Amino acid sequence: MIGSTTLYGLCATGLVAIGLYGLVLHPSPLRKVIAFNLLGSGTFILFGVAAQRGAAAGLLADPVPQAMVITGIVVAFAATAVAVALLLRLVESGGSTLEPSAPDPQDDRPS
Amino acid sequence: MSLLPDFALMLLILIAAVWTVSARDRRDSVIGFIVVGLLLSLAWIRLNSVDVALTEAAVGGGATGLLLLRACARLGPNETEGVSLKVSLRILTGVLCTVVAVALATIVLYPIEPAPTLAPTAAAHMGEIGLGNPVTVVLLAYRAIDTLLEKVVLVLALIGVWALTPDPLWGGAPGSLRAQHSSGPLTFLAQVLPPVGIVIGVYLIWNGADRPGGTFQGGTVLAAMWLLVMMADLREPPEIRLHTLRRLVVLGPVVFLVAGFAGFWIANGFLSYPPDLAKPIIVLVEAALALSIAVILGMLVAGPAARAPR
Repeated sequence: MIGSTTLYGLCATGLVAIGLYGLVLHPSPLRKVIAFNLLGSGTFILFGVAAQRGAAAGLLADPVPQAMVITGIVVAFAATAVAVALLLRLVESGGSTLEPSAPDPQDDRPS
Repeated sequence: MSLLPDFALMLLILIAAVWTVSARDRRDSVIGFIVVGLLLSLAWIRLNSVDVALTEAAVGGGATGLLLLRACARLGPNETEGVSLKVSLRILTGVLCTVVAVALATIVLYPIEPAPTLAPTAAAHMGEIGLGNPVTVVLLAYRAIDTLLEKVVLVLALIGVWALTPDPLWGGAPGSLRAQHSSGPLTFLAQVLPPVGIVIGVYLIWNGADRPGGTFQGGTVLAAMWLLVMMADLREPPEIRLHTLRRLVVLGPVVFLVAGFAGFWIANGFLSYPPDLAKPIIVLVEAALALSIAVILGMLVAGPAARAPR
């Protein structure tokens, strides 16, 4: 009989595999960033499974992996923001061939 | 207890993940990703990690989703991928991913016994410090150095994003976040929600000492309210050269560092607190950090300057 914790562990495994597939195969950089975030989410859930298995001392789950995941989610967001900013700058300076070459001129840019 | 709800949730997460990777249009893919984020926060609740669930819903789904949607709008709607991949490459990647999945599944299905845990150590710290939320104790006392370094990473990420500003625009404001078509309901929401949202954010920060919640979750709610106001065009993003803005960005890490170094005089060393003063110090540090997190997350979504300084 499989417990619910194991079930979420398998779910995390699936997320990592799907994310990895997208990361390797998608030619578009934005899609790679999204796939990488999926892979990251799967890894975080694996931490959650470890936290759940480490429940002890009257706590429902081990707080150390939980704290690490909270830190991880925020850092992943920061890294995604930098990646997206780099990507947009690259496209706007015409450096990429995979994204559409010229985005619509922004209405708020100086003329 | 029945496993049916867990199984259904797992299935939904995996379907949404497959959709995220396989969707043709990149906007569909981002929406799939937001759905995965929200479903994952449910999974976190099932894993008894409510603090993480709040963070995942706010940052993983919400803030990241907004950032990616904004990038989609800037890139334009057409997703014509001229590169057609060979079938052999697809199969090879599929095999690679299956191997990784099988390896991870083996670890999940045959874990080491007994499960390693640091819960007793964390519980001991809880008793010393007098806070009721074990995750907050780990974040701000037991493993405070990790949290401090993470704040520094956030500041560095913001510097990195700002550094991508083209030279003539340096110091100006980020591009407007407003929707292409102004919508009545959005403006209405942006006028009604922020007072409520700010109270909820402050509550999460204040309450995080003893119950689920904390600086990240509260700070993200504050950032979300600010972004909502900017999206409804009630306020423009501030210019990145403003000294007030920059001081707010470094306020949290600076207060944290000062509290850390004060530990040399008033307690046993860096980032250690005397037991009777621990709670006030932690609450002070949390308040400063939450303010900085709100400003940093908002400015990270807004992106580099896109207008010349006035």
